[in-house]
Formats: sequence, structure tokens, C-alpha cells
Amino acid sequence: MTPADATATQRFGPYGGRYVPETLIHALDELTEAYAAAGLDAEFRSSLAALLKDFAGRPTPLYHARRLGQAAGHASVYLKREDLNHTGAHKINNTLGQALLAVRMGKRRIIAETGAGQHGVATATACALFDLDCVVYMGEEDVQRQALNVYRMELLGAEVRPVGAGTRTLKDATNEAIRDWVTNVGTTHYIIGSVVGPDPFPRMVRDFQSVIGHEAREQILEAEGRLPAAVVACVGGGSNAIGIFHAFVPDAGVELVGVEAAGEGLDSGHHSASLAAGSPGVLHGSLSYLLQDSDGQVAPAHSVSAGLDYPGVGPEHSFLKDTQRARYTSATDDEALDAFHRLSELEGIIAALESAHAVAHVLAHGRTYAGPVVVCLSGRGDKDVAHVARIEGRGSLL
Amino acid sequence: MISKAFTARLARGQAALVPYVTAGYPERGSTLGVMEALADAGADVIELGVPFSDPLADGPTIQHASFVSIGKGMTVHGVLDDLASFRARRDTPVVLFTYLNPLLRYGLTAFLRDAVAAGAHGLLVTDLPTGSDPQIEAEITASPLDLIRLVAPTTPVERVPEVAKGGSGFLYYISRMGVTGTRTELRTELAAEVGRIRAAVELPVAVGFGISSPEQAAAVAAVADGVVVGSAIIQALDRGGAAEAGRFLASLRKQMDG
Ligand SMILES: Cc1ncc(COP(=O)(O)O)c(C=O)c1O
Repeated sequence: MTPADATATQRFGPYGGRYVPETLIHALDELTEAYAAAGLDAEFRSSLAALLKDFAGRPTPLYHARRLGQAAGHASVYLKREDLNHTGAHKINNTLGQALLAVRMGKRRIIAETGAGQHGVATATACALFDLDCVVYMGEEDVQRQALNVYRMELLGAEVRPVGAGTRTLKDATNEAIRDWVTNVGTTHYIIGSVVGPDPFPRMVRDFQSVIGHEAREQILEAEGRLPAAVVACVGGGSNAIGIFHAFVPDAGVELVGVEAAGEGLDSGHHSASLAAGSPGVLHGSLSYLLQDSDGQVAPAHSVSAGLDYPGVGPEHSFLKDTQRARYTSATDDEALDAFHRLSELEGIIAALESAHAVAHVLAHGRTYAGPVVVCLSGRGDKDVAHVARIEGRGSLL
Repeated sequence: MISKAFTARLARGQAALVPYVTAGYPERGSTLGVMEALADAGADVIELGVPFSDPLADGPTIQHASFVSIGKGMTVHGVLDDLASFRARRDTPVVLFTYLNPLLRYGLTAFLRDAVAAGAHGLLVTDLPTGSDPQIEAEITASPLDLIRLVAPTTPVERVPEVAKGGSGFLYYISRMGVTGTRTELRTELAAEVGRIRAAVELPVAVGFGISSPEQAAAVAAVADGVVVGSAIIQALDRGGAAEAGRFLASLRKQMDG
């Protein structure tokens, strides 16, 4: 690969790009080059593989959820157990990769944005492991909703900076992280938490998350001797979904289904379904589907799950939607809360509210698939237990 | 028009003064009065900010101004209407300072047409760095508007001529790492950096980000072709409205020429 190729901006069809202030262009070039070099370096790859195995606990199981399948109308449902990763979600796959890359680049200060707090915790964890300074930006509303994760990040030695601007959620935390990066780019690496942001972030995060799908594909072939009819995942920024989809993209017979947060309903205006109800626009450095008003102002998103509460989506999903390689649907807050309860009772698994959106889809539509369905259970629900109890009027118990 | 405003100052051995103001701040109907006050206080070019919900290149002052303006109902159409009213009364060239998404939503072709009709002379899109979208950049360059390009302290020297090539009017040098906002100190390397850039390009070079006092403006005017002041203008507006913004700008002009 020539140096020119290594730094060329890559897009997904028309989507993606690098719509950022000039100050960041050089850093993105450096990152692109460092990432390309790391990918070719056997030592980098083996260090990451060892961390994923010994520290994160990979491979995660693919579990045949028979009672859930029964409840979904006699479907055959497999859960890819990303919730069993260290720190409780798929986010660690990405943060270990990026932290290792930051060390390679000589950057000792890490910043991140977080919604649910899972990415913040996974970043703080990787920073503790590599002895890196860590600052996590989090919207004030999410600091409230996910108080447990704030404390967890602090235990891990990170500084959590609440963001009071704008919608006080993930979107504004991301703005603030980008502002920090623009200011401190010489010393700082920005570990972005999903397949969003300027190139090379969407493809780099995808590559780090693609371990989910590579494992799941082997595991389902082993278990069933055939490929699944469908692979289902929730979509916030879209990293767990791209992570599990990626290995299956060339398998034309496998349906790829992304489940966005329909919040209080797509017609209510209170949702986070950028792909279903948005239109292409530029936010956080890339062109992708976006919730926006008629004047091009970004519209506030809503979801009961903080990790899906984001008005944008990764550019590769926009491409998969337009080319119809993936299909995007949605589940409401109520459907997700119902799935959260049913999975707990049926399988003894308390899932993250984000992941519960994917489970809600199989509960409602599992029987329509002609073969086994693999669901990405992106995270565990410990962080959500207090929040759900409050919603259900049981807050005083906790 | 924009480069003429710079050459007129340079001919007198002076630097151009370029104030920024967010349209529709502090009130929906404020824009015209503020722009007139700035024009009358010696603005050579005015940067008129189109407010955006996610101004990630801006610090707290301009973020706040943007949120207030949007909250009080400012739209892209509204900004262009205000600009047209100003144009009916003053000749000062105007650069529209914006983020890409509102332009895309408006429709780039329609926006360029309407901005020219409203009396804009230039366009600065903070999140459209050189080379990021050749199609959009070419369409802006082909329009009558000057495309104002930014160079940052992190821009490699070999990239500077490439950045300048796609631009016209003036080249905007970001005086420090980070977002817009006032600072008490200028960086010591600034003079040398600006000198290198001026030697490498034909366009006049204006410096902005963080300039907040008459002394800083004078220090920058000594090494650059122009001085851009944003957050400090908004703060003057907060202190005493359009009249105070005008007085503040005049105090910068006086020190720069003194
Ligand atoms: C468990 C879990 N799943 C999903 C998401 C949504 O992110 P993404 O769409 O990038 O997977 C989050 C985000 O915080 C999460 O914590």
C-alpha cells in the first residue's frame, strides 16, 4: 500500500467522509496511517487477540435460547452473548483495539464520549490496563440515568465530565469530545464509541467489532451446519450491528436486520430511528441518515435506552440501507421494556435495554424467518435495573 | 469585494478588521442593528454566523449565542432576509459563517443563489475542510461567493498552498488549537507561523480564534493582513447591546492603527 492510499478518505457509497474542522485533518491522516500499519503488523494483531481472549473473555458463547424461541412462535433463536464480555457489553472489543493503537501512536491521553456509560466504562477499563489518562464526556441527563456507570468509570480512574449543552445526551457529549480533541490533538487520542465520526473511525471501529460476526458465523455453522436465516441487532450508532453483520455481508441468503429505537412511536416525534425516519445530513464528521428539522438543525432523539438515544447513525448502515443489503426496523420503548422482562423470565438473562430492542424484534417477528435467527445480545442489563425499576414505580426499592 | 477590502487597508499600512456575529442574537430582530453598528465602527468585512444546533468548532460563547438564536426562531431563510436588509443600507462585504448541514438541507445550489441575491460576498464552512468534498467545494468555488479557507496550526506546511488554492477573498489562520472563545494570551509562535503562511500564499491572511482585547488585536495586526474577532463581540453585545459592540470594535481599530 502506498502512503497516498493509506491516507485516502474512504466512504461507503456517498456516505461517511471527513466533515470536520481543518485542525483535525492532520490527526485523521496520522490515525489512518497508524491504523493501516497496525493492521499489517503481526505483533499488533496477536497482542489484540490475546487481550480479547484473556482479558475480555472471548470468544463469547452463541447460546441456543429455546424458551425464547418458543415464545417467539417456535422460532430457532441463538443469542450471541456479548453481554458476557468483561465490562458487560461489546464496547470492550473496540476500546482494547483503539487503546492499543493509541499506545502505538505514543498518545498517553484518551478521551471518549458515552451515552449509556458502557463505552465510557470500556474505555476507562482499557485506560486502566494501559496506564493512560482518561476523560469521558457524558450528557447530564445520562449522568442521571446511568449513575452506576459514572461511579464505575471513576473507580477505574477516569474523570467523567458532565455536558450540560444542547440535549444533554450522547449527541452533545460527542460534540464536547470533538472540541476537546480539536484542542488537545497533539497528545490525545479520541476513542469514539461507535461506527460514527469522520473517516477512518467508522471502518476502524467496524473492524474491531467484526470479531462478533466472525465468531458467530463459525459458531452457527458448527451448531446448525448451515447459515442463519437472519442476523438481528439493535442500532444506536451501529457498532454492535455492523460488528455482527460484517462477516455475513457476503452471504446473500442471510438477512441482516437492524432494530432502531422507536421510542414513543415513529409518529410521536420522540424516537431515535434515523434510518427509518431521518434523511441524509452531516453530523459529527460524516454524511449519514440523520434526524433533522426542515432547517437542517439536528432534531433531539429519544429512547428509553441511553445507548440508542442518538439522532445519527454510522455511515455504513446508510449504505447498507440504500443498497438494501440490510433492512432496518424499530421497536418502541414499551416493546423493549417488555422484552427486557421476558428474556429475564424465559432465559435467566437480564439484557441491556439497547439489546432488548433486538430481542423485541424476534419476539414479535421470529416466526416469520425460515431458519435460525442469530440475535446480538450486545450487553447486560445491570446498568438498567435501577432505571427500569424507577420507570415502573419501584424506585424506592433501590 | 472581500480582497479589495483587505488591499484598501494594506495600502494604508493597516490590517483589516473582521468582526463575527451570530445572526438572530440576542433577539430575532437584532441582526440588522448589530451589523450596522459594526459597519459604522470600522468593520472591513463582517462574518455573519448562521446558527447550527451542533457547533463543534465553537466554544461556550458562540454555542450559547447559536442556541439562543435557534430557540428564538432564526432560520437560514431568516439569516438571508436579515442580510438583505443590511445590504440595502451598507456596502460592507459579508461572509456567511456556517456549518455544512443547514446548507445541504436548504439545497446547496439554492443556497448559493439566494446568498448572492441577499448580498453575501463570501462563505466559510467550518466543517468542510479542503479536499473533504470536491463536488460541493467545486460548486461553491464556481459561484460568485469567495470560499474562505482555514489553515490550522496543525496543517502541515506542504498542505497550505493546496488549502489556499481552493480559496479566495482571504485565508483564515486559526491562531490556536481548539474552538472559538476568548483567551488572555496569544501564543508566542504566532508571528512566525503567520509569516511562513504569508510567504507561501498570495491571499491576504487573517488571524482569528481567541482574540479578545485591543492589545491582542494590535499584536496580530502587526503580523497579519487581518484580525477576526468573534466571541469578544458577542460578549460586548451581552454587556451593552449593539452600541457596546460598536464601541468595542472601534477600540480595537484604534489600537490596531495606533
Ligand atoms: C449494550 C449496548 N448495546 C448497544 C449500544 C448502542 O451502540 P451501537 O449501536 O454502536 O452498538 C450501546 C451503547 O451504549 C450499548 O451499551
